[in-house]
Amino acid sequence: MHYSGFKVIKEALTGHRGWGPAWRDATPKAQYDYVIIGGGGHGLATAYYLAKEFKQARIAVLEKGWIGGGNVGRNTTIIRSNYLLDGNEPFYEFSLKLWEGLEQDLNYNAMVSQRGILNLIHSDAQRDAFIRRGNAMILNGADAELLSTAQIVERYPFLNVNNARFPIKGGLAQHRGGTVRHDAVAWGYARAADRRGVDIIQNCEVTGFRIENGTCKGVETSRGFIGAGKVASCVAGSSSRLMEKAGMRLPIESHVLQAFVSEGLKPLLPGVITFGAGHFYCSQSDKGGLVFGGDLDGYNSYAQRGNLPVVEDVCEGGMAIFPNLGRARLLRMWGGIMDMSMDGSPIIDRTHIDGLYFNGGWCYGGFKATPASGYAYAHLLATDTPHKTATAYRFDRFATGHMIDEKGMGNQPNLH
Amino acid sequence: MLINHPILGPRDAAEFVYKGDARLIHRPDWQADDAVAQFTDYGYLRDNPAGLHRELWFHEQGDRSWLVVTRDTTTHEITKVELARDVARAEGRSR
Ligand SMILES: Cc1cc2nc3c(=O)[nH]c(=O)nc-3n(C[C@H](O)[C@H](O)[C@H](O)COP(=O)(O)OP(=O)(O)OC[C@H]3O[C@@H](n4cnc5c(N)ncnc54)[C@H](O)[C@@H]3O)c2cc1C
Repeated sequence: MHYSGFKVIKEALTGHRGWGPAWRDATPKAQYDYVIIGGGGHGLATAYYLAKEFKQARIAVLEKGWIGGGNVGRNTTIIRSNYLLDGNEPFYEFSLKLWEGLEQDLNYNAMVSQRGILNLIHSDAQRDAFIRRGNAMILNGADAELLSTAQIVERYPFLNVNNARFPIKGGLAQHRGGTVRHDAVAWGYARAADRRGVDIIQNCEVTGFRIENGTCKGVETSRGFIGAGKVASCVAGSSSRLMEKAGMRLPIESHVLQAFVSEGLKPLLPGVITFGAGHFYCSQSDKGGLVFGGDLDGYNSYAQRGNLPVVEDVCEGGMAIFPNLGRARLLRMWGGIMDMSMDGSPIIDRTHIDGLYFNGGWCYGGFKATPASGYAYAHLLATDTPHKTATAYRFDRFATGHMIDEKGMGNQPNLH
Repeated sequence: MLINHPILGPRDAAEFVYKGDARLIHRPDWQADDAVAQFTDYGYLRDNPAGLHRELWFHEQGDRSWLVVTRDTTTHEITKVELARDVARAEGRSR
């Protein structure tokens, strides 16, 4: 079924009886060419681009829970391509370009909103660093603009620019950045993949791999063995747990990241603001809630809930620059499990086991990467060569010294 | 989260800095034939279990001792706290 304005009007006039499920509830077949493990944004996008761009067939996505139940439905929905390093920036800019055409491509309203993102500057050193970053972005075909305090006040009059510790001295804006409705991304990719024949199999947990003579032949699941030509792991925060079943240890720690939503308010915050120095960022959802977050809790966790010190820290950071936040009541808070890599950058690569591929290490920035990650992973799966924007995302970069460490923090995952 | 410090008693986890897997106590031998592989493993690969995890916490805003905390990563429950020095000695490190 094709979605359109005409269809909405027709259904409105005929009692909404013509809508069907957005995707089939597929039962697993015995054998596929491609089995993708994990029905988050990245797994679904991979399946979609495999079918659409690389003309592959016999594809299944296996999801242990339900579509949208992982981080794709837990994040704070920010998209941007304001990276510095060569290994990253072309990839994230590719992703932002895919976001720009996504809704037409998927025939699904994902509420892509390029409302702009602003990184605040508080010191001369930080300004120098952001100028360098902005130049790197422009060199890679992205947009970046350095704003003065006056320009920021014009757009965000409520910001406290005179905070004693972190006065606002300017900002780096990316006007093409913004937010996307996260659930709609999962549903949109699921529906579009399904329409191209991909089997989306929910409530199907992968419990092991069948590996014979160094080749992966398929996966053991809670719904029986499923054979596969190629098996693609794409399970974000569960990466270490899954790959352990193939005997692999990863350059990843799992950490919990919390997020918060206030009660619905009238339009207040037109774009996304990030206050990196105070570990706080915020946007306003289309429903009116202020969506904000900050740091990781900082210790290994699979609990999908955090502790109170970070709640206090995030709210303090918010109050420091955004004092009227204190008038809003908090509606909800939750946590998601992040696959924090050793250099803060992801991995899209083959493994040492033939037929077994890996995508993970997205840290807290994998939502914006969803389209490019799916595209690049599909490229790797279909052609056995990396996509040109993802050549640096190798497993062996830690052994060879080619880390992609945006923040220069070293091998300490909770600091990235 | 409270960490029951062996010397100081229960302390707020916010006083500590987290380092990660307690295996980091055992730095590889830099003269071993496979030292490069061992250091790659030491520096970059982690077990990252869901369940019991032995991990290093540094009491930065306290007595500045290193602790080995045994904690369940699925519930955050702490079942054991030891001085890292004692653990290192018991596991055969001389320094
Ligand atoms: C609070 C929070 C805020 C964030 N904010 C942002 C942001 O503003 N911008 C941004 O770019 N990124 C953000 N992120 C990061 C982003 O959400 C993730 O990096 C990204 O969603 C991960 O990819 P995914 O969608 O494929 O993961 P997921 O949706 O987690 O998909 C993985 C799936 O694998 C399934 N799975 C796991 N194990 C198995 C198994 N054994 N068998 C079968 N299936 C399995 C899981 O059930 C899950 O559905 C945020 C994350 C959190 C938690």
